[in-house]
Amino acid sequence: MMSNEEVLKVENLTVYYELEEETVKAVNDISFSLHKGETIGLVGETGAGKTTTALALLRLVPDPPGVIKSGKITVCGNDMLEVPVQKLEEIRGKDIAMIFQDPMTSLNPVFTVAEQIAESIEIHEKVTKHEAYEKALEMLEMVGIPRERGGEYPHQFSGGMKQRVVIAIALACQPQLLIADEPTTALDVTIQAQVLDLIKNLKDKQGTSVIMITHDLGIVAETCDKVAVMYAGRIVETGNLDDVFNYTLHPYTEGLFNSLPNINDRKAELKPIHGLMPDPTNLPAGCAFEPRCEYACEACKTQQPELVSFTDTHKAACLRYAEPGFHVARGKKHE
Amino acid sequence: MSKTMIEVKDLTKFFKTPKGMLHAVDGVSFSIEEGKTLGVVGESGCGKSTTGRCILRLIEPTAGKVFFEGQEVTAMNSRQMHDMRQKMQIIFQDPFSSLDPRKTVAQTIQEPMKEFGIVPKDQLHAKTRELMDMVGLASRLINTYPHELDGGRRQRIGVARAISLQPKFIVCDEPVSALDVSIQAQILNLLKELQRDMGLTYMFITHDLSVVNHFSDDIAVMYLGQLVEKAPAEELFANPVHPYTKALLSAIPIPEVGGPKRERILLKGEITSPVNLPDECRFAKRCNYSCEECRKSDPKLFEISPGHFVACHRMNEFNNK
Repeated sequence: MMSNEEVLKVENLTVYYELEEETVKAVNDISFSLHKGETIGLVGETGAGKTTTALALLRLVPDPPGVIKSGKITVCGNDMLEVPVQKLEEIRGKDIAMIFQDPMTSLNPVFTVAEQIAESIEIHEKVTKHEAYEKALEMLEMVGIPRERGGEYPHQFSGGMKQRVVIAIALACQPQLLIADEPTTALDVTIQAQVLDLIKNLKDKQGTSVIMITHDLGIVAETCDKVAVMYAGRIVETGNLDDVFNYTLHPYTEGLFNSLPNINDRKAELKPIHGLMPDPTNLPAGCAFEPRCEYACEACKTQQPELVSFTDTHKAACLRYAEPGFHVARGKKHE
Repeated sequence: MSKTMIEVKDLTKFFKTPKGMLHAVDGVSFSIEEGKTLGVVGESGCGKSTTGRCILRLIEPTAGKVFFEGQEVTAMNSRQMHDMRQKMQIIFQDPFSSLDPRKTVAQTIQEPMKEFGIVPKDQLHAKTRELMDMVGLASRLINTYPHELDGGRRQRIGVARAISLQPKFIVCDEPVSALDVSIQAQILNLLKELQRDMGLTYMFITHDLSVVNHFSDDIAVMYLGQLVEKAPAEELFANPVHPYTKALLSAIPIPEVGGPKRERILLKGEITSPVNLPDECRFAKRCNYSCEECRKSDPKLFEISPGHFVACHRMNEFNNK
């Protein structure tokens, strides 16, 4: 169910956390867009800026210390950084909704689960309290929880069930854009499979666009249409699934793949990326990945690489590709 | 034939709760050979960590026996146990809460060596540096505190502390779950290197099946306090027999695009409560193949081919061999 209607457009977004003694450069000049019915995977390690990006889309970056320095975010035609706060309330939950990472802490312990789902329906739709509650029970059933349990409190549910409730809240008003921030990280594999299946079905049924934030490339391969790999607040490689998985360009993306145990070849040696992610208060002048990169050259130390298009869909930010014939060891070359 | 390092017989641990007996570990038996790694997988609450801790007697088992190189650990008095701990160590899951925030890296690493007095005082500092070097910690960090370090480095401290007494057996309780993939690979490689150099035997507890496949010689799958399947890693991945193992394996998201489509087995419901369990197969409620017999009695572990154990009433139908 893909069409050309653009649900989300992010242009040159930069977000800093300005503290007294230092500035954390969390997101640095990123741009991407998403069409109706599409799913994009935002991949990267802790501190790559994935969650800050998501919060910025909802204008939920904690301020202070968070500051959106520059950029433009358009969600369903609304300029998110310009609209008045009242309008923002309408957009959040209705056009754009978020599934937060930790189901254990994102529910209110003193309200029943159905009340929490009904709350967002009451705000956004012209319905009576009773109708909203009834619709909340329907939502519960849709995510696979019997409606009889609507009157129970979050502590009576297990982790997987709580995550379903959080999903039901997010989907209650049929948003155009759903941001799922590590929706299954806190869950066991069999429950993870159930939850991913659920998100996928809902996406197919309602044509929702999804931003899937994860550090698990396996989840990306199974649920996403395109991928953006983030490192130190920048997108270093982006493309559709086939591009990034089979025609890998950026050395960091290659490093991520090499760090994963291969399920088909248990004797294969892991090749970790050496070193650590740079301190976001003190990013290197050149490419942020340069200190850890085995392909780095002199120019990488001083020059910031730009995202360069390799095909219509595939972009990467690496200076080494200026040299003819250069390619990372993994993956096929584009023709 | 290499010798057996750890032997566990009918290990059982019940916890008393207001609602009744919680069967955390219920009659688990297995052995680990010297220099090998046993991977233990299962979902949260299946008893894998409790099993590991019972073996080290960090938790006293309710019943059952544990042998270390033929000596019965479960029969030792506290003095013998104290000496025993030199040979058996543990690496904890969470590098953020398993280190004393008021001790420096050096103090943390030295603590076990001081307790057992195996290193003369004047050599303690040199030995600490040597251990830090072995686990890849820069020696300039020797006087830093845990809060100054990231998760990967903290986990390295945990590893250094565990190997400081030259143990023979280490329980690794989800040692990489809290770490990013690139750091996870660094720690896994480190543990493998140490195993090769020091001849260590590991019990590797994890919920990540691709990690366990990479790391282990044998894999044991646990469900609600029981072993449901145990086999050499290759055999388990090639020929899983228990319906739960099959579902677990099919649920692993594989980071590949364009490969053959896999059939995913979705399980109904969730792990049931381990309190007051009825006498039936514990997996029956979620199993797509459960039959009448499964609700009547609890299946016993049975060796279907050399080294491959399964507990399922219908295993003969599921065995593809």
